[in-house]
Amino acid sequence: MPFIPHSEQDIKEMLSTIGVNSIEDLFDEIPESLRCKDLASIPTGLSEMDVTRLMRDRAAQDGLPLCFLGAGAYEHHIPAAVWEITTRGEFYSAYTPYQAEASQGTLQLLYEYQSMMASLTAMDVSNASLYDGASALAEAVLMAVRANRKSKSKKILMPRTVNPVYRKVTEAIVKNQAIELVEVPYDPVTGQTDKVALEKFSGEDFAALVIPQPNFFGVIEDVDALAQWAVDNKMLSIAVVNPMALALLKPPGEWAEDGVDIVCGEGQPLGAPLASGGPYFGFMCCKQKHVRQMPGRIIGRTTDLDGKEGFTLTLQAREQHIRRSKATSNICTNQGLLVTAATIYMSLLGPEGLKKVALNSHQNTQALSQRLQKIKGIEPVFTGASFHESVLKLDTNIEITIEKLAHDHHILGGYDLAKDYPELENTLLVCATETRTTADIEQYATVLESLL
Amino acid sequence: MLIFEHSHTGRAAHAQIPADTDLPSSLPAEALRTSKPVLPEVSEMQVVRHYTRLSQKNFSIDTHFYPLGSCTMKYNPRACNTLASQPEFTGRHPLGPVSHGQGFMSCMYELQNILKDVTGMQAVSLSPAAGAQGEFAGVAMIKAYHDEREDVERDEFLVPDAAHGTNPASAVMCGYKVREIPTDKNGDVDLAALKLAVGPKTAGIMLTNPSTLGVFDRKIAEISQTIHDVGGLLYYDGANLNAILGKVRPGDMGFDVIHMNLHKTFSTPHGGGGPGAGPVGVSERLLPYLPIPIVAKEQDQYVWLDEADCPKTIGRLSAFAGNAGVLLRAYIYARLLGREGMERVAEYATLNANYMLKRLMDKGFEAAYPNRRATHEFIITLKREAKELGVTAMDIAKRLLDYDYHAPTTYFPLLIPECLLIEPTETESKETLDGFIDTMALLLEEAKTDADTLKLAPYSLPVRRLDDVKAARQLDINWSKKA
Repeated sequence: MPFIPHSEQDIKEMLSTIGVNSIEDLFDEIPESLRCKDLASIPTGLSEMDVTRLMRDRAAQDGLPLCFLGAGAYEHHIPAAVWEITTRGEFYSAYTPYQAEASQGTLQLLYEYQSMMASLTAMDVSNASLYDGASALAEAVLMAVRANRKSKSKKILMPRTVNPVYRKVTEAIVKNQAIELVEVPYDPVTGQTDKVALEKFSGEDFAALVIPQPNFFGVIEDVDALAQWAVDNKMLSIAVVNPMALALLKPPGEWAEDGVDIVCGEGQPLGAPLASGGPYFGFMCCKQKHVRQMPGRIIGRTTDLDGKEGFTLTLQAREQHIRRSKATSNICTNQGLLVTAATIYMSLLGPEGLKKVALNSHQNTQALSQRLQKIKGIEPVFTGASFHESVLKLDTNIEITIEKLAHDHHILGGYDLAKDYPELENTLLVCATETRTTADIEQYATVLESLL
Repeated sequence: MLIFEHSHTGRAAHAQIPADTDLPSSLPAEALRTSKPVLPEVSEMQVVRHYTRLSQKNFSIDTHFYPLGSCTMKYNPRACNTLASQPEFTGRHPLGPVSHGQGFMSCMYELQNILKDVTGMQAVSLSPAAGAQGEFAGVAMIKAYHDEREDVERDEFLVPDAAHGTNPASAVMCGYKVREIPTDKNGDVDLAALKLAVGPKTAGIMLTNPSTLGVFDRKIAEISQTIHDVGGLLYYDGANLNAILGKVRPGDMGFDVIHMNLHKTFSTPHGGGGPGAGPVGVSERLLPYLPIPIVAKEQDQYVWLDEADCPKTIGRLSAFAGNAGVLLRAYIYARLLGREGMERVAEYATLNANYMLKRLMDKGFEAAYPNRRATHEFIITLKREAKELGVTAMDIAKRLLDYDYHAPTTYFPLLIPECLLIEPTETESKETLDGFIDTMALLLEEAKTDADTLKLAPYSLPVRRLDDVKAARQLDINWSKKA
């Protein structure tokens, strides 16, 4: 029997110890009328060899296209050591570290992770992860409403430059608590959040302003001005950032005079493969004064009976298993294994390596954008400086072009922005990380030119 | 030693760093970082050695018996990881076209169907990232259902006192008030109390069956009737699905919505606290509200259903399609097991639990519900030992670690004093169970003869009992702040 070690003799002895005749007798408390009749539509079991053949076929169908698509998930090189170590059974098959003495490996790693993320964002503290970037933003919004003691408002200012799907997810998660997301338009020239439009909200009562960096268009926002505006208008500020960009760009803890209140985002660029969108991990950091409003697990360093240093889950009075209906969030299982990968990734890259990955990604995207702009019928859309994505307008039907690129040439050409921004018709969001070569860029340009 | 303490300015894992580039003029100077983040400056070997050694400080299924109740710590087949880690799967961009995703999507489509059939529901969405997000999705769907019928007076959710903490927390996240329902002396929901609690304000109930008390609620049909009669709906917490897989289906018990913890029942790894996957299944009436995306089959092609296809959906809960890689592992596990294997999961998990319960009782331990069948797990209570010998469930749990066993779940559910919730799972052998039982007997003896030794355990782990009060009062959660 797959994965069940019992021999006939074992079963006989165990049943005899229990004092029943058959395994079936052990289910005699379940009313007969409810018993399951038929699972006929579920296939019968396969051997590992047969499943291997099946899954090889399935994988082969998907292929390995050349990727110039970003839009929230980015292909970076992942050092071999990252997943070699992460999938060691001791990390891979352990549970949430409730028994601290038997979980010091995971606990110390999580403490190191918290320290790395706090430093990368220049914030005081970090939690030990949330599900993904989008749900982390939803949790940040809930947290801001709780933490803003100066305001009773349940309204949040949410720029249209924030990843559209993050806005959708946030809406889905917070709407049942009567929290309202109010849109702020973007400047059609720069691609940044429109500060003139934002000024119209001045003096109104909001719990928080969300500030993306870079924004969904890849454009770098004027974060100092936005963070200061939030302070001036007595609201908290929530930064939603790409952690890879923070090796290069000013971290949210240094924005304006005193930094933002909460930072969140998608951790995927730090060692998680694209993998059809998950598992990734959400991260969240905040100022010390808000730590008791933060959702998710937090690991602290302490000492044991002999005075020796050790690590343990702390501030658990915020969490559902202690506080139940009064918890800061319902989150329990988080994305521990992805955090393991990210911690190893950040250790391998170090401050210089991370900065060079960010820089190379920036420069490759610049090179890609400039090369594509040489093609007749392709123009840049925004004037704002960008990190590692670029917005281009094509004078052709972009949906058909993207499909042809993928289907006929195995190139993922970019993201069709009209899906979320109807005014940006035939507009492509492209990305070239450090993994793309000059030859890759040339190949894409040549193929695209032939299609126009 | 922390990884930071291995740092040496100027040291790096050079093979991992891309070629030099000059800072480009295209980035405005005021947007740039000037401070260096405190990240380790170490060699590749130092990283590998440091984290390999850290891993060795963990207990895990691969190294230890891990009978953690309500967590279903069973063997995670290696094939699931290997096959889900093929480059075409790990390299697939989530926004890539369906033409480059038919292999992955076919797995998701078939997984939806397998989960639907094994739970007796009408449709499944795979998108929730973990059990708690599945709970949120389920309660949000129930709210959407009542809202659409303009049945807006219903502002209460009923939750038994034995429920997981996530249940009340999820109901509150959906804007509900929580009303707790007591448990009767046999471990079933107190039906009389339930009947008094229900009414026009009842939006629904969240139930785990078998419950966290390790018993199957025999009156489930009557509970279902009671809730449905007042217009409420039933939510099934699938944390204990391992106990009944292929034996009885939540859909047949009358549940309107369920979540499954694939990281429990479908043996995807727990990863030291995730990732999980918490797909939701629904009955006919909640079908329009399922979270998106969902995979559908149109002619011969698999496609994503989105907002346009599902206008009444409660929406999206993650940026893409949930924890796709976890779902792939669960699919592979389901294909390895097949339907006959699923039924065996429940059978041998239940056999192991009942065997352990009987033998532990024979050794002198007190069962919380001695007259009930154990499901896949059971509770023993040490309230007598606590009173007479001053030895608590925590002491036994910590001492077990010295004997190389991970502790059972302690102090949960909250209504049983000094409890250990023990779940062996189907993948453990009789010898392993016997070894654990003999050790428990030894500890009971130790409690009587040398309680002081127990109270200060463990002794043989990397650390001894930790000062949790100090951890919370003198908060040290960020090393870089001190650096």
